[in-house]
Amino acid sequence: MSMKNYLFYILMIVFSGISCAQEDTEIKSPKNINYSYEIVVPDVEIPWGLSFISENEFLYTEKSGKIFKYNKGEISEINGLPDIYVRGQGGLLDIAIHPNYKENKIIFFTASSPIGEEKGGNTALWKAKLENNNLENLKLMYKGEENSTKGQHFGSRIIFDNMNNVYFTIGDRGNRDKNPQDLNRDGGKVYRLSENGEIPETNPFFDKSISKKAIYSYGHRNPQGMTRNPITGDIWIHEHGPKGGDEINIVKPGKNYGWPKITYGINYSGTIITDQTEGPDMEQPIYYWIPSIAPSGMSFSTSDIYPDWKNNLFVGSLVFEYLERIVLDGSKVVERIKVLDKIGRVRNVVESPNGYLYVGVDGKGIIKILPN
Amino acid sequence: MKFLIIVYFLISFFFLSQNFKSKEQSIKDGYEIYQDFCLRCHMSEGEGSKGIPPLAKSDYLFNDIENSIYVVKNGMKGEIIVNNVKYNNVMESPGLDDEEVADVMNYILNSWGNSYDKLITYEEVLKIK
Repeated sequence: MSMKNYLFYILMIVFSGISCAQEDTEIKSPKNINYSYEIVVPDVEIPWGLSFISENEFLYTEKSGKIFKYNKGEISEINGLPDIYVRGQGGLLDIAIHPNYKENKIIFFTASSPIGEEKGGNTALWKAKLENNNLENLKLMYKGEENSTKGQHFGSRIIFDNMNNVYFTIGDRGNRDKNPQDLNRDGGKVYRLSENGEIPETNPFFDKSISKKAIYSYGHRNPQGMTRNPITGDIWIHEHGPKGGDEINIVKPGKNYGWPKITYGINYSGTIITDQTEGPDMEQPIYYWIPSIAPSGMSFSTSDIYPDWKNNLFVGSLVFEYLERIVLDGSKVVERIKVLDKIGRVRNVVESPNGYLYVGVDGKGIIKILPN
Repeated sequence: MKFLIIVYFLISFFFLSQNFKSKEQSIKDGYEIYQDFCLRCHMSEGEGSKGIPPLAKSDYLFNDIENSIYVVKNGMKGEIIVNNVKYNNVMESPGLDDEEVADVMNYILNSWGNSYDKLITYEEVLKIK
């Protein structure tokens, strides 16, 4: 080998190393693809939230500030929405029907709201009754305080527990040094309220002298996926890390998940945030992604519709434009496999009442995965 | 003396009424906006990321500055070709006000090897709907 060739190969190796740094080398491609998909709702710019009323009827949000109802192919817009602060990552976020929706027609949704003294916005939780495609009895259940014109980290996802308590997330609002670790400030938290908006007496900080007693857990960066584990009943979230260090966490009451004191990620510029990845009284994620996948949406598959997918966890990736199928052994991630590779920026994944997975993809719309 | 004072006030009034901001200041303010709204996808050196076009030395950006301002204001969707590479994605409207659009444009047009002689002004952005 000539000197020139030798140098060339060295350079090849160096550059291939650099270009691969962005790739996720641990996730696998499926051996055979045993599913197809159909587009149920086409052309939705950012399909953030989706909540099923029945097998063929669901509500979905567009981040730009709209709620729609899908009913057996018919799509109608919902009216009577509050003022929404659409800026950066903020807008109309998640939507969830009340567990007894069939009787009470109650829905919840999160949206960034300009309500308050300061310029800007912060995430709010709203409750309303859905009557003839109108939101009636609109009630502001919670409003993250101190508005900010920052464009980042509003969260947000909503789920319920068996007592009909409502859980929702607010990201750190681009102020990581102040918000996530301070129990007197909003942002970087998972919250819990009763369905009527009161703070449950069983909330972890109910008896403590802090001002934000709705906090359920803290030290989060930006959770945009939240679901309940069908086997254990635990609340699982994922959150965006900075550059690297996206996490899956099992949310436990009163616990601190460490952001930004501990993280597996670094700043976008490549500089270090902290060299600590663990700390006293701080929870460890059950899994972290390097490089970041930019996770959005999270659901378990609980049905027998898809061979081998039962009790797998599904997470959307905005950056890599696929859905991740995560095989678990308890709370240990065993294997990750691509689903719907190159589909587009995956914003959301939800299981329908009869067990189909529906996926929200930016620009594409809402997709239903069909087993072969 | 009196004349000079009048001239001074006239000049200041002129600049204030033009919402005057130096190019240097606009780029500085634009940097902050970029960190906040653009960085996550277009990255710190404007190099872009998977499925997201670069802004550094981008032919698409410079070919039609008015269109680029329009995109920063309103977002875009669909297929485009940037430096001979095809992209097909969605950029939502970042929700910036017109001054912020001008600032971030000035930052983008004058960073990472990009350079643009003229200053993008608030008035220019205001006109593009």
